Amino acid sequence: MSTEPREQTTATAAVTTPETGLQRVRRWFAENNSSLIMAVVVLECVIFASMSPAFLSVDNFLNIALQISIYGVLAVGMTLVIITGGIDLSVGSIVALSGILAALLGQHFTGSPWLGLLLGTLVGTAAGGLGGAFAGFMVTRFRVPPFIVTLALMTIARGFSFTISDGVAIGNLPPEFQTLGRQQVGPVPLLVLIMVVVFVAGHLYLNRTKYGRYVLAIGGNAEASRLSGIRTHKMLLSVYLLNGLLAGFAGVALASRLGAGVPNAGLQYELDVIAAVVIGGTSLMGGVGSIIGTLWGTVFIGILNNGLNLANVDPYTQKVALGVVILLAVLLDQWKKHER
Amino acid sequence: MAIADKISLRMQGITKRFPGVLALQQAWLGLEPGECHALIGENGAGKSTLMRILCGAQQPDEGQILFNGEARSLPTPLEAQRAGISMIHQELNLLPELTVAENIFLGHEITAGPLGWMDRGATRKKTIALLERLGQRISPDAKVKSLSLAQQQMVEIAKSLSIDARILIMDEPSAILTDQELVNLFQLIRQLKQQHYSIVYISHRMAEVFEICDRATVMRDGQTISVHQVAEVDEATLVREMVGRPIESFFQSTKSEPGEKALLVKGLQRRGVLNNISLTLRQGEIVGLTGLVGSGRTELARALFGADPIDDGMMQLAGQAYAPQSPRDAIDAGMALLTEDRKGQGLALHMNVRENISLATLAELCRNGFIRSQAESASANQYVTSLRIKTPSIEQKVRNLSGGNQQKVVLAKWLAADAKVLIFDEPTRGIDVGAKTEIYQLIDSLAQAGKAILLISSELPEVLHTCHRILVMRDGAIQGELQRSEATQEKILALAMGLAVTGLVGNEHSTQQSNGRTETT
Repeated sequence: MSTEPREQTTATAAVTTPETGLQRVRRWFAENNSSLIMAVVVLECVIFASMSPAFLSVDNFLNIALQISIYGVLAVGMTLVIITGGIDLSVGSIVALSGILAALLGQHFTGSPWLGLLLGTLVGTAAGGLGGAFAGFMVTRFRVPPFIVTLALMTIARGFSFTISDGVAIGNLPPEFQTLGRQQVGPVPLLVLIMVVVFVAGHLYLNRTKYGRYVLAIGGNAEASRLSGIRTHKMLLSVYLLNGLLAGFAGVALASRLGAGVPNAGLQYELDVIAAVVIGGTSLMGGVGSIIGTLWGTVFIGILNNGLNLANVDPYTQKVALGVVILLAVLLDQWKKHER
Repeated sequence: MAIADKISLRMQGITKRFPGVLALQQAWLGLEPGECHALIGENGAGKSTLMRILCGAQQPDEGQILFNGEARSLPTPLEAQRAGISMIHQELNLLPELTVAENIFLGHEITAGPLGWMDRGATRKKTIALLERLGQRISPDAKVKSLSLAQQQMVEIAKSLSIDARILIMDEPSAILTDQELVNLFQLIRQLKQQHYSIVYISHRMAEVFEICDRATVMRDGQTISVHQVAEVDEATLVREMVGRPIESFFQSTKSEPGEKALLVKGLQRRGVLNNISLTLRQGEIVGLTGLVGSGRTELARALFGADPIDDGMMQLAGQAYAPQSPRDAIDAGMALLTEDRKGQGLALHMNVRENISLATLAELCRNGFIRSQAESASANQYVTSLRIKTPSIEQKVRNLSGGNQQKVVLAKWLAADAKVLIFDEPTRGIDVGAKTEIYQLIDSLAQAGKAILLISSELPEVLHTCHRILVMRDGAIQGELQRSEATQEKILALAMGLAVTGLVGNEHSTQQSNGRTETT
């Protein structure tokens, strides 16, 4: 069968028509992943650098990195959950609960503080994992919408944080307990290194392993994925479990940094984290997203908070600015995606 | 502006550019009152874009639309409605939780009184009158979700009539209809024609064009190629103009000797769905499975594939006991299922060609849990070449491909899985002639390579011409089996509808006939 006429006709159909400059810019951004958010972050830096001389310095950037490190760890797990088409509202409460569990263990083992830190980390992380597994189980086994399950879990975990701690911060911890949160490796805080490791691992997981591909596929079309032989329930369960583990670990890290387990720690973290993920281009509808985008989304929010602080904007106005800027960032992302 | 009873429509010199693509190039269409006008062409030929422009959903870059000789622009869908145009989409646009009456008058509710309360009584009355005009006995108070697809389509048509549309655009109306329902639709179209309504009928099924349409406009690559009186043209001409090249043989089926038993099914039961199904598939055999919509064909396919649980029954695959608990088990045992619903169940539309092709076989492309991207790309590229998938690259998102090419991507996924038994559920639905031919050739070559194939199809000519044996289902059971040599459309339909076969004589549709694509009415 001759294919010549077909090729000829394709050529006519693909006649390129002149694009306007704006269209070309938009297409370039659409074709180069995360390029738009990177450009926005650069713009953000330029603005803040001009507003305050203290902004552009290595120390300040390390400071920003430390500020976002816990959010970053949470955002990696959240990205995966959102790509499957789900959401996890419980991470902020999990952070508090696991921090309190870790602090209690740290207190209990004052005699052997390293053991206390080790056990605290393990138990805190495991508690987060348990919460995540519970959410995943309810989502897969009983088909409860993730929003509802994790909303319930958010309240439950927060309640436990208060009952276990009697509503007060668990302090008086040995200095060793604060290693995780305050140790420096050279000039770089340990937490920043941990965040980097989590981002790199998350990126490799999502883009290079079959499991990451399955996460994207399930979010794109769950039934097609199941019929392609993907064990969708197991995958979903594992994603919620992983997210819970990361949240548990983040909670321990926060307690270590604060030097105390605080029952209302991590309040509204889930919202900041979801904002970072969405700004990074991950779709709340599922099926689309990237860890690199999330990294930039997290950096974007971190720099915004830092820059506004340095520019002496009062905290309430900062909140207004943050909300407006988040909205603008997402609008820009929509503009990039839409043809018309 | 009131809508004239008779509209003579001209679309002239319509050009539409999308970023990087010229979708329409000086396309034209003429429509006379009281005619049913077929708009045909392969997917991507520009039919949909032209119709979206007529509906006011998109604006042409050049060209004009004339109503009874007067140019009129249609900047919005509402403006197009006011000009008397209404489209009945293939994927129906009804709100399932609202009633029939509420759906029909959605957006132009009948109100009464100074506060503009909805007048339920008047709405019901008008709805009943409309439905009666269409010969439908549907309660105006029924929720739309409780209706069959055919009834929902009628509600859509009623909605069009309720806004005084004079031009109805029907996009593949037959895709969701059974044969009997199609007969009813054709009756309605004839009636509408007498009342001077114009109908644009978009379909891939030539038999329908010849049955119901007066004229046919052929489009290809964004251009209008020709317009014909249907009575004065033959199918071969139309197909040649659509494809831009002659198609030598539409169907392809080589006689092959059936080999070993590939799949053996005994007494398969699923309460309320499948009733005591037994069948055998042999290597190298193409077995057709047909029956009316709702007869249990898709359900059988899903049960064989482990996608739905079964209550009872015994299965063997290649001599081994086979009891799949999930699609994963089925795939591991050597089974593949190409689903009927391509977009809903076959593809992840956001993902690209490469990722879709490797989805079922990703584990084999991994080393230490990491995907070997070179191997993955090589495999995808190989299938893009061998199946002639028209795509700029394997990195293209599948939602940007035409229906036929999307279907080839799904096929590639299952070819990569190297299954022993392949179930194809309506593999050629909604795809264009060129791609259809290629899919028939592929199925045939798979059979020659020793695969066992179960081909589920509603299109009887397809079944008659490609299959070696034909199973007919009715009410969840296999009603009968016909050898290719004895099968006719009449016999199949008799089995499918539960009539006595002996009363029918019908050898005029012999299997040697090359293009017997007439729907029995």
